[in-house]
Formats: sequence, C-alpha cells, structure tokens
Amino acid sequence: MRYVFKTSYDADIRLFKHRAQAVWYGLLLLLVLATPLYFVAIGDAYLLGEITGVLILAIAGMGLMLLTGHTGLPSLGHATFMAMGCYVNINLLGAGVPWVVAFPLSGLIAGAFGTLIALPVLRLHGVYLALATLAMSILTSDFVVMAEPWTGGIAGAAVPDINLFGIEINRYATPYKFYYLVLFVAILLVWFYRNLLRTPTGRSFTAIRDSEISARAMGINLTRTKATSFFLSATAAGLAGALFGHSAGYVTNETFDLVMSITLLLMIVIGGLGFIHGAFFGAIVVGIIPVAIANGRSFLATTFDVNINVPGLESALFAFILVCFILFEPMGLYGRWLKIRTYFELFPFYRKDMFKRQKSYLKTDRIQ
Amino acid sequence: MDFLQLIISGLANGCVYGLIALGFVLIYKATEAVNFAQGDFMMLGAFVCIGFTNHEYMGLNFWLAVPLSILVMGAFGYLFNWGILRHMFGQSQTSIVILTIAMGFIIRFFAGATWSHEPTSLETPYAGQELRPGGLVLGVDEVLIVVVTAILTLVFYLFFSRTRIGLAMQAASQNQLAAYYMGIPVKRIHSLVWGLSGMVAAVAGVLFASKGAIDPSTGLLGIKAFAAAAIGGFGSLPGALLGGLIIGLVEPLAARYGPPGVSQIAPYAILLLILIFRPGGIFSQTQRKKV
Repeated sequence: MRYVFKTSYDADIRLFKHRAQAVWYGLLLLLVLATPLYFVAIGDAYLLGEITGVLILAIAGMGLMLLTGHTGLPSLGHATFMAMGCYVNINLLGAGVPWVVAFPLSGLIAGAFGTLIALPVLRLHGVYLALATLAMSILTSDFVVMAEPWTGGIAGAAVPDINLFGIEINRYATPYKFYYLVLFVAILLVWFYRNLLRTPTGRSFTAIRDSEISARAMGINLTRTKATSFFLSATAAGLAGALFGHSAGYVTNETFDLVMSITLLLMIVIGGLGFIHGAFFGAIVVGIIPVAIANGRSFLATTFDVNINVPGLESALFAFILVCFILFEPMGLYGRWLKIRTYFELFPFYRKDMFKRQKSYLKTDRIQ
Repeated sequence: MDFLQLIISGLANGCVYGLIALGFVLIYKATEAVNFAQGDFMMLGAFVCIGFTNHEYMGLNFWLAVPLSILVMGAFGYLFNWGILRHMFGQSQTSIVILTIAMGFIIRFFAGATWSHEPTSLETPYAGQELRPGGLVLGVDEVLIVVVTAILTLVFYLFFSRTRIGLAMQAASQNQLAAYYMGIPVKRIHSLVWGLSGMVAAVAGVLFASKGAIDPSTGLLGIKAFAAAAIGGFGSLPGALLGGLIIGLVEPLAARYGPPGVSQIAPYAILLLILIFRPGGIFSQTQRKKV
C-alpha cells in the first residue's frame, strides 16, 4: 500500500500522482512506440493497420468523452463532426494547402461548426442536445449528397495522400509512418486533455456534470462552459475524421452514418465514462468485437458445421454487451480495473460499496 | 382534390408519428427518462399482432388478436422497467438514453429473427375498404388511425389531469423524493407508465401495419416521432400529437411540391429550426432552473 502525502496545492494537480505511475506510463509509451518493430519482424502490416484504426477511434472517443464523460452532455452526432473534418481536410488538401495547416484547420472548422449548431440547444436540458445531434446525424448523409461539388456526393471522394515536409504518407504504401503519425496526434491530444482537466476550465466541466445548479452557484457560466466543451469535443472529432479519411482512402455519403455516432457513444460507455483511459479501452473493444464475431462464426462453421448468418447479429451483440455494462458495471472497463487494483492495494480492507455513487433523485425542469 | 387527398394521407401518417410520440411523452412526463426505443416498441407491437393474426403464424381472429397484443406489449413495457430500468434508478439520464438505444438494437434483432426481415403487412378485416364522402377516397385504415389517435390523446390528457394515479405520475416526475415522502410508490408508478406506453406503442404498431408493410428497421421511424415530440414541446401530450401532424403533413407536401430530397430533410430541418428559435417546443413547458 502506498501513501501519497500532498504537501502543496501543486501536488494535488500533478500530472502523475507518484513516480511509479510515471514509470508505468513511460513503459506504455515505449511499448506503443516499439509495436511496429514486431510487425516489421513478421513482415505483415495488416494488423498494424487495424491498430491504427483503433487509435483513430480512440481520438474520436476522447472528443466525445470530454463532452459526455466529463461535461455530462450526450451527443448522438459526433460522426457528423468527423465527416465535417474529413471533407474539409480533403478540400483543403485539394486546394493545395499543406497538410500541416489543413489538418488542424479541419478540426477547428468542425469544432466551430458544431458549436454553432449546438449553441441554442446548450441552454436546455441534455436530452434536447441528444435530439438535436441525432437529427443532425440523420441529415448528414443527405447534406453530403447535396454538397456534391465538395464531397463527391454518392459517388464518394478519394482522400489524397499526406505530404508531411516532403515525406509521403499513405495508409497502404507506408503503414509504419501512418501509424506513427496517428500515434503522435493521439499522444498530443491525451497530453492536452490531461492538462485541460487540471485547469479551472476543465474542472468547471466536471462541476457541470455533477450538478448544474451547484456549478452555477459557484459562478460558472453554464452556456459558455458547455459551448467550450462542445467546441473542443467537436474539434477532436474533426481531427479523428480527417485521419479516418486518410485511413479509409475513400469516403462516401454513407461512411459517417448514424451507426457510427452511436458506436462512438457505446464505445465510451463500455470503456468507462469520465476517464481518458475509457476512450482507449472502448476503442479496443470496438476494434476487437467484429474480428471476434467473424472468428467465432468460422470456428462454429468448421468445427460444428453450424452456420450462423443472422443479419444484425453484430449490432445486437454489441448492444447486449452494452446493456450488461450499464447494468452491472456502469463505470466501464476502466472502472472494473480501478476496483481490482484498489482491492489489491487495500487488501484485505476493500469493501463492496467503496465505489458506490450517491443516488440522485430527479426533479423536472418543466412547469406543470 | 389531389391536394386534399395528400393532406388526408399526411394526417394519417402524422397520427402514427403522434402516437409513437405520445408513448414517448408519457414516459418522459412521468419518469423524466427518454425512451429512444419507442419506435422499436411500436415495431415490436406490430409484429406481435402480425404473429397472432396472419395466417402463416397463429391465424387468430383480428379482433381477438388486437387486445391480446396490446396486453402483451403492456406486460413487456412493465417488465422492461421492472427487470432492467428499476436497477438504474438514481443514475444519470445519459445512461438511460444509451441503454434504450441499445435496447432498440436488441429488439430489432429479436423481431427480425423471430418473424421476418421482409416487409410484412397485417391482415385486417377492413383492408382495402374505402369510404367515399363527397368525391374523396378515404381508406378505412386511414380514418381509423385518425379517430383512434384523437380518442387516445383525449383519454390520456384527462388521465393525467383528472385521475389520482395520473396526478401521482406527475408528482413522481416533478420531485421524486417529495413524491416518496407523500407515500407515492414511485418505482411502481414508473413501471405502470412503461406498461401504458407499451400499450400505446402496440396500438400505433397495429395501426401502422394495417396501413402498410412493416419490417424490423421501421422502428427507426421513432426518430421522426422524437422530432414530433420536440416540436410540440417535450412533456406535452397535445403537443406530441400536433408535432406528429406537422411532420406528417410536411413530408408528402414537400415531396409533391418541393425539390427532390427535401421531404427526407424537412422533418429534421423543422426540428432544428424549432430548437433554435423556440427551444422548448410549441407548447413549451421548460423553465430555467434558478440558483
């Protein structure tokens, strides 16, 4: 068992709680940096492409996590911001803007667009935000078709390669460079996110999540803070969208659909709402499930000669897992890990209700 | 004449949206939870009735099958709340939103696996019959939809404002803790409301499936019903109906007179406009919480 004595206010918001934690994260960093070596050794980069895909999902997940996990606002339309980022990126690259400028710009434009849409709704209850973003997500495909000169409409648009200071990066031709690029963006965002959470802005997000009334009582401007959170969240989604475009190589009006928005939301719940780790855990699960189902199916077919081919099985299974998580482990995978770790750290003093949250009794904000 | 015909079919469609929205508003009004699976409830109700009625399944008499399926869906709603949602009591609304979305996926899969993925119609005794008042051609199914919807909305309106249990539901929503202190069994009230809303969903499903074919993905229609509820003002029963009617009317008119593609966008565009300019909906009931 380790006691961390805090002797100053700075110690309370330090990036790493103690030295061992810093060492562990350093080791993790080394591991992800060295992962491509394994694929170089076996000479097959297919799986690395999948890992890169998981990282891109995790970037989008971090965006949604900031909004839903840390500010408590559900959004069902983050695929729309990904689409926005992706198409802005394509068009800027097509206009000859260098990638170093086009990429951040695509995130910022997606963020500004999202804030503009959400601003009127942010004054209301979270349910309205869910509805407005849901409507936006449904309309995305239609708008992509309508904006054909920029998006290629139903036929789709090819995503140009990345040219970073003269280095050509393509998902298939140079998978290792693409992996490092995505990893760099992901780490940069994690670093930003982690630092954001210890600033007054970041802590006001959490205050709003826990109680809007108390947050207002402490002098937090609700609408402005929510808008800030939404802007940052949509920006991260836009960046993820731009990377997703590079990873897919070709995007159509059906790439960023409602299912993707919902997948993002389910992802962060499974990973653990309110933890940066949750976005990564969730992305890994979302990346693994389709592979696991395909493998399970072929296993059943070859071993027992049973052919399961029911449409919608994937999403139903995914939804079932999600329901189980919400019912039995609302803190997600990361929450489970925290509990296990606490159990061993405090052994034998761990109690069952240590992580129990106080129940909140709802009050309506309607006049009746 | 053509225009009137459009209006009438739009009204019938709008009533189905309104009915789904009604089930949705019932739950919201009494429990503050948002059931994003209400459209799938409707679809399930329709399939349950199809399973009872159609000759390739059980082949029961239609007038026996309808009350049966309403009962089944009522029980389903009650049990869904009792078995799953009651364990989430006191958790944030966000997790309930996510849970009901996931339930929608499961229901869609279940309906597809149990009945069929193909569009199926309900075999009704009044299929294909028409009324012809003054040169208009009205399908009996469409007239029935409008009449049933109007009656249901009125009944629920009176139920909420006049009966003891309706008032208890409002109280449970306004302040759960205070409702507990007043001796209202809040959890059982919640289950009851879910049961009621399941029944409304069954009615909507039967009406919808008798008018046209239904398949598991029809549940996504529920999204239009959310738009309807938000346009009318969340938590207002007449508002839900009005919102449904607006959407039902706008769709065929936009398809007929507007440029292509507009009819799909129109309901959501109206929703976004309403949210921007009159965020509480037409019959707004929201007020800002003051510190």
